[in-house]
Amino acid sequence: MTTLPFLLLILAVIVGYVLNRVAAKTIRDGGNRLHSMTSYHGMFSALLILVPVLTFILLWLVLRGPVIDGMVMGGLPDGVLVDLDSGGVQLVLAEIKSVSRGQVFGTPEDWKIAAADRFVILHQRADWLLIAAVAAISLLLMGFARSRVTADFRARQGVEGIVSGLMIFCSTVAIFTTIGIIVSLTYETFRFLEAVPLTDFLFGVNWEPQIPLREDQIAAEGAFGWLPVFLGTIVITVVALVVAVPIGLFSAIYLNEFAPRKLRSVVKPVLEILAGVPTVVYGFFAILVVAPAIRSLGQSIGLDVAPNTALAAGGVMGIMLIPFISSFADDALSAVPQTLRDGALGLGATRGEMMTTVLFPAALPGIVGGVLLAVSRAIGETMIVVMAAGLIAKLTINPLDSVTTVTVQIVTLLIGDTSFDNPKTLAAFALGMMLFLVTLMINIFALRIVRKYREAYD
Amino acid sequence: MTDFTTGAGVPRNTTSTELVAASLKRRRRKQSRLQWIGLGAISVAFLMLFILVSSLISTGWQAFTQTHVTLEVYVDPEEIPVDRLPRGGFDDALAASLGKMVPGVDMSDRKTARAVESILSNGAQFSLRDMVVADPDLIGQTITMKVPVSDPYDQLNKGLIERETPEENRRVKNNEIAWFDALVAQGAISKPFNLALFKNADSRFPEQAGLKGALVGSFWALLTCFLIAFPLGIGSAIYLEEFAPKNKLSDFIEVNINNLAAVPSVVFGLLALAVFIGWFGLPRSAPFVGGLTLALMTMPTIIIATRAALKAVPPSIREAALGLGASRQQVVFQHVLPLAMPGVLTGTIIGLAQALGETAPLLLIGMNAFITSAASSPFDSATALPTQIFIWADSPERGFVSRTSAAILVLLGFLVIMNAIAIYLRQKFERKW
Repeated sequence: MTTLPFLLLILAVIVGYVLNRVAAKTIRDGGNRLHSMTSYHGMFSALLILVPVLTFILLWLVLRGPVIDGMVMGGLPDGVLVDLDSGGVQLVLAEIKSVSRGQVFGTPEDWKIAAADRFVILHQRADWLLIAAVAAISLLLMGFARSRVTADFRARQGVEGIVSGLMIFCSTVAIFTTIGIIVSLTYETFRFLEAVPLTDFLFGVNWEPQIPLREDQIAAEGAFGWLPVFLGTIVITVVALVVAVPIGLFSAIYLNEFAPRKLRSVVKPVLEILAGVPTVVYGFFAILVVAPAIRSLGQSIGLDVAPNTALAAGGVMGIMLIPFISSFADDALSAVPQTLRDGALGLGATRGEMMTTVLFPAALPGIVGGVLLAVSRAIGETMIVVMAAGLIAKLTINPLDSVTTVTVQIVTLLIGDTSFDNPKTLAAFALGMMLFLVTLMINIFALRIVRKYREAYD
Repeated sequence: MTDFTTGAGVPRNTTSTELVAASLKRRRRKQSRLQWIGLGAISVAFLMLFILVSSLISTGWQAFTQTHVTLEVYVDPEEIPVDRLPRGGFDDALAASLGKMVPGVDMSDRKTARAVESILSNGAQFSLRDMVVADPDLIGQTITMKVPVSDPYDQLNKGLIERETPEENRRVKNNEIAWFDALVAQGAISKPFNLALFKNADSRFPEQAGLKGALVGSFWALLTCFLIAFPLGIGSAIYLEEFAPKNKLSDFIEVNINNLAAVPSVVFGLLALAVFIGWFGLPRSAPFVGGLTLALMTMPTIIIATRAALKAVPPSIREAALGLGASRQQVVFQHVLPLAMPGVLTGTIIGLAQALGETAPLLLIGMNAFITSAASSPFDSATALPTQIFIWADSPERGFVSRTSAAILVLLGFLVIMNAIAIYLRQKFERKW
C-alpha cells in the first residue's frame, strides 16, 4: 500500500517529462527558436512534480502514524484511560494495534475491539486519501508545467533554480541536525531538572539511578549526582592516553624522520587498520583477552584487580587511539617548514637533536591539538566501555578498580526502556547533554589550536 | 675570543672540532636511542593488532563448523499420524533412533532418555517436522538425516571441553562422554561447514543461532543510510564548494559539518531516540530508523570527501566549459562532477564502512532486541551485525564465545571488502592532473 503512491509519483514524473519535452519539440519543429533545450523543458516539469509531491508523501507517512494513534486514543470511551500513566496508555495502544493486526490474545474488552476496527478503517482511509491527493497534486502540477511551455520560456533557468534550492536545502541539513541535537537534549534535560535539582546533578557524589516502583517503597530513592560517573570517565580517559600518547607520538617521530620510505608506506596503512576496526570489536577483545590477562598478571604480583578494571577498557581504548595520535603528530611534524630542519642540521645538530630540540617544540601546538581531539574521542567512546567497564559508579581514581563512564550510563539507562517520563531515562539525556557540551568545547578548543598554528607557518 | 669562554673543566688548548668529536659518540647514541624507542612503539602497535586478529581467529574459526550426528529415523505413523501434522512426536522419533545407537542405555527410563535426547540440538525436531510436513509420504519410512548436536557436545567434539578436568567441574559427565564416543566409533559424527550461521536468525541455543537476521538488518539500515546520505551529502558538498557565496551562513554551515563529524556517536543515538522515535513516532528497533541515524553520521564524511574530490578537478576544465557557453550548473553537473565521481564514491564507501561498524546509536534505538526471524522490510524489528555481536558477547552460553568471534570475522570481512573496493576505485579511476 505504501509503494503505490511512490509508483504513482514516478509515473507522473515520467509523463510530465515526456509531455513537456514533446511539446517543446513540436514548437521547435514548427520553426521557432527555443530559449532552452527540450530536455530542460522536460526536466522542469519532472522536478516541479517530484519535489513537492515527494515532500508531501514523506510528511504524510511520518505524520500518519501519530495522528491516527491520537485519533484512536481520543475516540476511546470516557473513563477507560483514567488512572493510567503514560506506560499504561502505551500498553493499551499496543494492544489495540495487535488486535487490529488480528493477533488476539485472550478476550479484549469491547471498546478495544471497536478501537481496533476504527484503527484499521482510519488506516485504510488514510491510504486512499494519500493516493487521491498524490494523483490530484501531480495532475495539477503537470498541467501547470505544460502550460508554461513556450518558445521563449526560460526552462533552463527554472530547472537551475529548483536544483539550486535543493542543494541549499541539502546544506542546511547539517544545521538542522545540530539544532535537533541541541533542542532534543535541552528539552529532555529540562524535564529531568524538574525532577532533580541542578545542584544535585552537578555536585552530587552519589549516582544510583533507580526509581521507586511503588509509591511507598522504602530505600529506593535514586541519587543523580554525576561526579562519580564523570570521574570514572576521566580515569579511563587518562589510562587510554597513557597508552596511546607515547606509542602514537614515538611512532610518528620515527615515521616522520627516520623510517625508510618503504617501511613508512607499509606501517602507515597498517596503523590505519587499528582506526578502522569497529569499537564493538575492541570491546569484545577487552573482555576476551585483555581483562583476564591483566587480572591474572595482577594476581601473580599480589594485587587485587577487579574483573572489569578500568585498565582493560582504558588500555584497549588506548590501542584504538594510537593511529589517531600518530597521524595527527605526523601531520604536525610534516607541517614544520623545511627551513627549520635545514637550519638545525646546518648548525651541526644530529637528526635526533633536530627532532627533539627544533621540530618537536615547533610542532607541539599541533600535537597538543591532536591529543585534545583524542581526549574528546575517548570521552565519547561508547562500546568499549559498555562492554568492558563497570556499571556501578564509585568515587575512586584507582585504575585497578571498576569504574563507570558517562556513555556506559547513557546506554544502560536507555536499553529496553520505552517511556520518557521518569528521571531514570531522562537522566541519560542530561548525561548526554554534558557529554555533548564537554566534547564540543574540547573540539572547538583543539581545532582552534591546530588552525592557529597552521596559519603561523603558511 | 671563543677560546676564553670554554668551560672550566675542558683543557684550554683543545679546538672546537675535537670538542664536537668527543661528544659526537654520545649524541649519536642518543639519536639511535630515539630511533629504537620509535621502532619499539611501532612494534607494540603491530603486536596489539596481531594479538587482536589472532585471538579472534583462534576463537572464531571453530564456529564455522558445527558437529552433526547422522541418524536413521523411523517416522513412526503411531507417533506422527498424517492427520495431526504439523503436530506429532518428532522429538520421540529422534530420541528412539538415537537410543538405538547409544549402547547400554535404558530408554524407558525417563531421566536417561532425556539425557540421551539432550545430545541433539533442540532445533533437530523442527527440521524433521519441516521435512515431514513438506513430504507426508515419509511417514512410515526410515530416513537418514543429519542433525546438529547441542552446544556441550559440540564443544566436546571441538576439544573445547577438556576431558582431563575433574567430572564435577565439567559440563559433560563421564557417561555422556562414553555415549558420544560410541557415536564417534560408529562414524555417525561429522563436522561440516556451519550453514546455520548464515541461514538462521538469532536463537537462544548457540548451535542454532545465526547471522541472517543481523545481515538483513544491516543491509536495510545501510541501504536507507546510503539513499539518504548520498544525495544529501553530494548536494551539500557541491553547493558549498562550487556555488556558496563566502558569507557568514556558509561559514556557519561549514563549522556545523566539522563539528558533527566529531560529535560522539551515542549523542546521535539520543537524538534518534528523542526525535525519530519519541516525537515522530517511528517504530523502535527498525532498520529504517537505524539507517536514518547512520545517515546523519555518515553525511559529514561524504561531504568532506566530495569537496576534496571536487577541489582536485583543475580549474582549466571549468574555464573551458564556461568559455564554450555552459552555465555554471552545466559545468558542474556535466564536467566537474563526473570527473570527481571516483573520489566521491571512495569517500561514500568508506563512510558506509564506518556506518556498518557503528553500534552505540543502534543500541539506543533498540536494535539489540532478541528477534528470531529476518526482517522483510526496513520497518520490521531487526538487529544489525554489530549489535548482534554485542548481544552474543553478553550471552552466558559458552558456545556464543566462538560465535561472537565468528560474527566479528564476518563483520571484518565485509569491512575489508568495502575498503578494498574503495581502494580499487581510487587506483583505477582517479586521474592525476
